[in-house]
Amino acid sequence: MSAAASYASTDCGQGGRNRQLFPLNHHNVRMSFRGNFRSGARAVAPVTVGVIPFGLIAGAAAVDAGLSGWQAVGLSMVVFAGASQLAAIELLSENANAAVVVGTMLVINLRMMMYSASLAPFLEDVRGARKALVAYLLTDQAYALSVTKFADSDVSRLPFYLGAAAPLWIIWQLCTVAGVVAGAAVPEWLPLGFAVPLTFLALLVPAIKDRATLAAAAVGGGVAVVAATLPFNLGLIAGAVLGITAGLLTESTLDIEGREVEH
Amino acid sequence: MVWLVVAVAGVGTFSIRASFLFLLGRVDGIPARAERALRFVPAAVLAALVVPSFLQVEGGPLAARPTLASVVAAFSGPRFLAGVIAAAVAYRTESILATILVGLIALVGLEFLFGAE
Repeated sequence: MSAAASYASTDCGQGGRNRQLFPLNHHNVRMSFRGNFRSGARAVAPVTVGVIPFGLIAGAAAVDAGLSGWQAVGLSMVVFAGASQLAAIELLSENANAAVVVGTMLVINLRMMMYSASLAPFLEDVRGARKALVAYLLTDQAYALSVTKFADSDVSRLPFYLGAAAPLWIIWQLCTVAGVVAGAAVPEWLPLGFAVPLTFLALLVPAIKDRATLAAAAVGGGVAVVAATLPFNLGLIAGAVLGITAGLLTESTLDIEGREVEH
Repeated sequence: MVWLVVAVAGVGTFSIRASFLFLLGRVDGIPARAERALRFVPAAVLAALVVPSFLQVEGGPLAARPTLASVVAAFSGPRFLAGVIAAAVAYRTESILATILVGLIALVGLEFLFGAE
């Protein structure tokens, strides 16, 4: 290693893999683990505010639906995936069978496979337990912040990711507990259960970005309404599958039209 | 039973998250078609989850009472209207908190004005 690179790796803790010098302070040395971690934490700070109501609902709605406080916390700690937790709560309150609940949760969480694939090349050098930690903490927000940062800058990746992801985990757990505790204090006339579909609605609206996703949502919602009385929540699955199909078809149709117009 | 769900869903979700992080190198990324399909999962799944909750008649799913009268009732019911208002708020503010607050206020207000189902 050149003298400059070895000087850079003295407090880097990254094994000198990112050998490029990136002048981040007047010492001309890469930021330490703590510095990059803080950079991630700063990036995620505004996002945590939005997570708070979601986490409170994960706690309060769970208890409202008949789960124990422990079960609510268990969902948040073991699964740690808000949208699927809320879906589970709703399904469990309707006495859906376990396979349906798990299946629905996994379908909702499938998007994380995309995040995994997208982040993997950036984190190839991370190994074993640390990589498992990266996986466990993966959320939409941690993913979005990290992938954009990694693509644009030479930041030290594992610390930045952990700095972004860990606060979200902490806030999520704290809010779940707070929701469990405070949920009992919610008055009768306040339909807190309605907050669950509202949360999904708040997530759905920005997910509709173009005509293809609009088609996916329209078909998904429409089919689910029509098929709502099917057993085993097949209406939800049918809606999801047909919605995805509608999105793909719309996308191909629009592509073909585009090509025809061009040529 | 809940704990069974928690455990299985936890393992499954972790596997999903870990999938490509650990497999990259053995698999050349996600096949293109699957990647295209994944793009629509949020919109389709969220809509399938959400829309039935807003179209309810007498506290139950619309599909259970497939008459014209109940369709009209569902689309003019407090939940659907509160949902439309909440969707507008979601679109304008992009804030989950605002959407939830306005939606709840709208529902409580509409039920108060027009009577709950």
